[in-house]
Amino acid sequence: MNNNTVNKIKILANSAKYDVSCSSSGSNRPNHGKGIGNAAPWGICHSFTQDGRCISLLKLMLTNYCIYDCAYCINRDSNDIERATFTVDELVELTIEFYRRNYIEGLFLSSGVLINPDNTMERMIRVAKVLRTKHNYAGYIHLKSIPGASADLHYQAGLYADRLSVNVEIATEKNLKMLAPDKNFQSIFHPMTAIQHRMVENKEERRKFRHAPRFTPAGQSTQLIVGATPDDDKHILNLADNLYTTKHLKRVYYSGFIPVNPNDKRLPAINEPPLKRENRLYQADWLFRFYHFSIDEIVNDTHPNLDLEIDPKLSYALRNPWMFPVDINHADYETLLRVPGIGVKSAKMIIISRRYRKLTSLNLKKIGVVLKRAKFFITCNELKSPTINEISPDNLKRIILTEHTQPRKQKIKYQQLSLFPML
Amino acid sequence: MNLFIYDKTFEGLLTTIYDALELNVKPDKIVSSNHYQDDLFATKYEVITDTGKFDKLWNVIKSKSSEQNCQRIFKAFLSELTGIEMIIYDYVQLIIKTDYNVELDFSHDAVLRVNNIQKKVGRESHRVIMFTRFQKTIDDIFYASFDPKYNVIPLTISHFRSRFADQKWIVFDTRRKYGYFYDLENVREVTIGKNKINYETGKVDEDILHVSEKLFQKLWKNYYDSINIKERENLKVHMQFLPKRFWKYLPEKDFQNNLKKRVVHP
Repeated sequence: MNNNTVNKIKILANSAKYDVSCSSSGSNRPNHGKGIGNAAPWGICHSFTQDGRCISLLKLMLTNYCIYDCAYCINRDSNDIERATFTVDELVELTIEFYRRNYIEGLFLSSGVLINPDNTMERMIRVAKVLRTKHNYAGYIHLKSIPGASADLHYQAGLYADRLSVNVEIATEKNLKMLAPDKNFQSIFHPMTAIQHRMVENKEERRKFRHAPRFTPAGQSTQLIVGATPDDDKHILNLADNLYTTKHLKRVYYSGFIPVNPNDKRLPAINEPPLKRENRLYQADWLFRFYHFSIDEIVNDTHPNLDLEIDPKLSYALRNPWMFPVDINHADYETLLRVPGIGVKSAKMIIISRRYRKLTSLNLKKIGVVLKRAKFFITCNELKSPTINEISPDNLKRIILTEHTQPRKQKIKYQQLSLFPML
Repeated sequence: MNLFIYDKTFEGLLTTIYDALELNVKPDKIVSSNHYQDDLFATKYEVITDTGKFDKLWNVIKSKSSEQNCQRIFKAFLSELTGIEMIIYDYVQLIIKTDYNVELDFSHDAVLRVNNIQKKVGRESHRVIMFTRFQKTIDDIFYASFDPKYNVIPLTISHFRSRFADQKWIVFDTRRKYGYFYDLENVREVTIGKNKINYETGKVDEDILHVSEKLFQKLWKNYYDSINIKERENLKVHMQFLPKRFWKYLPEKDFQNNLKKRVVHP
């Protein structure tokens, strides 16, 4: 550990930062006696960067040398950037020392492809293995799987890591091949399926033998780049939904495309990353994971892209005025979740507390419902106020949008009056 | 006006509530002895903490609501907000007087108030777990100071203990001037003088800092700066997630520089 390491950490953190996955939740690895660390199932962030993203894991690359030449990647072979490689010991020491100081929740290790995929994957596994076996480390480890590495190596990686991930990056194979000539869908989905099968087997094993080793207890995740190719939201969300249902992924991350290689002709020329679109995609993602929405209710052939002006739930409500107003005191949980302004928490609280008495809008406000939004879509134990059906969806959209643009009420500034204003 | 004075402990507060219910006197105000100001027209009741009474009342609350609910009351007490005593009194009284379990009746003010306060305390304790930064000293003890809004250290100890089981550590609350020390076996309460710790920056004295500490802080600072994506800068969200009041003890925010900036030169 010296100034050379400082330089390496700068280069390799810089190379790793475009991977958005950062969660440290979903794994419950206890600290038996005298080891270091444990994995908290709810996940803990430890810091936040100025771009508003959390730092939960020490996100580093083993190396940023790479034999591949993917158009969207900053570490591609043809780029002229500073390159560096960590040794296994350096990475282990950094992780342990940062962890002991409570800087991080664990390690997120990714890598460029050095000689061939197997060789790189082996080195990454060695880091995880040394941490787990030599240092008795029970904190979180997220390993990025290298496309093309053998099934056996994926199995070994899963024994030491809490989460594995294979990045899909581009939602259609045609576009993927255009941007990343060395990759294809098979090299991505094959390991994903293998990991999934291993996880199912492992679940069965652990049911029979309590001490059977765990295999990726926090499951696997992936990432899709948004805005680098002309794929529409319908396509992206359908792929994501597919991954959640058939591959049982824990998370799909959407990463707004950042033009790191501005001179590449294959990529669109944009001034700033499509952050709004990324945000809307995450909102849609939440809708089908936690709000019991089905995918064609959010995007379909008539609405292939998400509305950037309003969030997908509100836009669903405006398209389907027939199901409103919802009666707060009688509607079931699924229906409550469809009301803009009512989230999972407040829906649950409504269900629980309406057993005691009929709820009024005052109760709703105190529970945490965003009445400013919800008032157009509900009735409660009170006189009715105009709802979406009286106002009409188009007018309602206009009302809501102007609310956004209006400046907040300015505070009146008081100042002491002068005693002798004439002087 | 009925004024109850107690000793600022949780046991003391429950004894107070027990006494008030037994005497059938509705308190208008419950204050701790160090916040007490003499009031001419009040009828004063000085409560002597009694573990017997505490146990009795605590068991009644436990029998009428869930274990979680008892935790909620304790968490709300840790907020140390002014007037929290009366909020807890209202709640406990409601629990005792109703036949059914009221803890989930969020349309009732007394329930919702306790619930909202305990939520804030829980959030603060989670923030402490997030933003605690240990500094290694020459005798291999990891020291961290923090300055939370509410008195949340008791809620964080079990987390630190299970996570850092193989290292000695101290966590210290510079606002309330107490902390805990883990010596690989047990956790015990400690206080640390100003000669070893700078309460303002939360830093350990240079002489007792481990040789490698400076390097790891530098590595961390460099990592923090490099992982940021400049094209995506979003300071509003940044401030929302990482409130400024935590910055002073974070090495990545370069605590000393921040302190310097705050000094206004004449």
